[in-house]
Amino acid sequence: MSKELNYENIEFLENDFELVGKDNLAHESTLYANQSYWKDVLGRLKNNKGAIIGLICIILISFMAIVGVGLNGHSYDSQVIAHQNLAPRIPVIENIGIFDGSETMNTSQGAVEVNKYVSNDGSKTGLEDVYYWFGTDVLGRDIFTRTWIGTRISLYIALIAVVIDIIFGLSYGLISGYFGGAVDNIMQRFAEVLNGIPSLVIVTLLIIVMKPGLTTITFSLMITGWIGMNRIARAQMLKLKEQEFVLASRTLGAKSFFIIFKEILPNILGPIITNTMFSIPNAIFTEAFLAFIGLGVPAPMASLGSLISDAFKSFTTHPYMIVAPVLILAILMLSFNMLADGIRDAFDPKMKEM
Amino acid sequence: MKKYLLKRIAISIMTLLVILLVLFLMLEYMPGSPFNDEKLTVDQLALLNQKYGLDQPVIIRFFNYIKNMLTGDFGVSYTISKNTPISTLLQTRLPISLRVGGQAVLLGTIVGLVLGVIAAIKHNTIWDTLTTVISVLGVSLPSYVFALGLSYYLGFKVTLFPLLYSAEAAFKSSVLPTIALCMFTIATIARFTRTEMLEVLGSDYMQLAESKGISGIKLLTRHALRNALIPIITVLAPLIVGLMTGSLVIEKIFSIPGIGSLLVTAIQSNDYNVIVALAFIYSAMYIGIMLVVDILYGVVDPRIRLAKEDNHE
Repeated sequence: MSKELNYENIEFLENDFELVGKDNLAHESTLYANQSYWKDVLGRLKNNKGAIIGLICIILISFMAIVGVGLNGHSYDSQVIAHQNLAPRIPVIENIGIFDGSETMNTSQGAVEVNKYVSNDGSKTGLEDVYYWFGTDVLGRDIFTRTWIGTRISLYIALIAVVIDIIFGLSYGLISGYFGGAVDNIMQRFAEVLNGIPSLVIVTLLIIVMKPGLTTITFSLMITGWIGMNRIARAQMLKLKEQEFVLASRTLGAKSFFIIFKEILPNILGPIITNTMFSIPNAIFTEAFLAFIGLGVPAPMASLGSLISDAFKSFTTHPYMIVAPVLILAILMLSFNMLADGIRDAFDPKMKEM
Repeated sequence: MKKYLLKRIAISIMTLLVILLVLFLMLEYMPGSPFNDEKLTVDQLALLNQKYGLDQPVIIRFFNYIKNMLTGDFGVSYTISKNTPISTLLQTRLPISLRVGGQAVLLGTIVGLVLGVIAAIKHNTIWDTLTTVISVLGVSLPSYVFALGLSYYLGFKVTLFPLLYSAEAAFKSSVLPTIALCMFTIATIARFTRTEMLEVLGSDYMQLAESKGISGIKLLTRHALRNALIPIITVLAPLIVGLMTGSLVIEKIFSIPGIGSLLVTAIQSNDYNVIVALAFIYSAMYIGIMLVVDILYGVVDPRIRLAKEDNHE
């Protein structure tokens, strides 16, 4: 017992402690440069070659979707019957033998090289000065312009997918997870039942009730698109809502709305952004698929899917018609997928598939 | 486990009922009546309504409807083939779709697994890169891009396989559709297997197994693959969805007389009864498979079951 210190007897003198002063502090912060979370993420993203290539492709394609439509003087819905089935012809490049407007036709006599722009016997075709960069379709419409119009539709769908994810899925999941109990139970059972219906069926049924078109596609994305995000948001909410900072905020009198959107939301942005990025290619795919089975935007409007669907009908005779929309769609899907992969790895390096 | 099982079954039945209700309501409230002849008197109409049970209250008709749908009585087709019962249409078409779909699942799973395992064993080599490229392409490109490419090069240029499906050469003409359809399966499974295998190969019990002297094929199949395969059940759901939507497009491209192309034709020609019947069949298949998958989860891995019971996921 005698070894125990008697605190009452300790006396502190004035010179027992001395001020260290600013100069003598160990500067840990200079050893490890202060790296903010977002800077860290951005840095990791920059080092991901695939993601950067994807991003550049998306920017290029978006740029062309905005500018490309008015670039060569043809409009997307004007039909010139005399200009049917013309092969691609591009000025300057035509001189080196490619894109000179000729195509190989397979006839019963064998393959023949045909050029509908210039005739070989010297007679005038009236098309000598006409250039269709990607050729024309069976109705004499410029494929170049139509491809970029179609790209606009795909990009619009991408935007819609993001909006739906954020507005419906995110709020639904956060609210369901935050309140828990009966609210959570009802909300999640509803989502589960909706998730049990294949989206294919939902879309088909919607199309019977509504006319095929962009509105219908938007609607069907709204009905099915948010469920995945709802799951992610709810799981994240369940993880975070018991933590101390939430308790602290509540103790200080914060209302539910403030806690959900101001306290918790900024902490789960990583998985949210990742999931949003992954839902974009899915939505674009859905549109292209619907257009391909004839439920896309009505003519003369074009989407990448409907262009592919139209060109498919004559793709053994005029394969060039299908090349441009398929390539753009493929590049767009690939780019969004690679960018999404990159963003996932940037937010959570542990998730990286080793 | 019992509670979990009951809950899954209850939700599946609920979903099926919701679908039936939606289909029923759509039939009920679509404009028009089945008896459009203007010469019909009120009495005749009443008789007709009585004959087809249309004079009964909505609730009873709904139950009749459920009974009809579940027993496979889907009514008759209006436009595609006039007055043929839809069940007869399905009898010839469903097996074809199931066969092509089954082939795609089988081929896709085997190729995907092999690719994934090779990529994991030969980690960071050319094989690994090749698998990654294949899986990124397979996930990103719609199946009809593959279908078009395959039919152009192998069907049209080289004429190795027929361009269109024919009943006489059922297997040979289903080769291209199967390959086009299974690309997504290959990509998903290869990607997943690779990740899981890498994790398992780096684990302690693999080192233990190796130090015990187990080697080669036995080590790979008995110890690594078995553990890596469990989480693959989780990708089954997106795979089924991919196969279903894929089959619509593929069947159209290769003119396969299956239910996918039937649905496309029905949509394009507004054959309402056929659309409803197929919507029901697709949903029922999907719900059934999801139920089996969910139960399998629980059986195979108790951890998932417990987690699911905890937070209803």
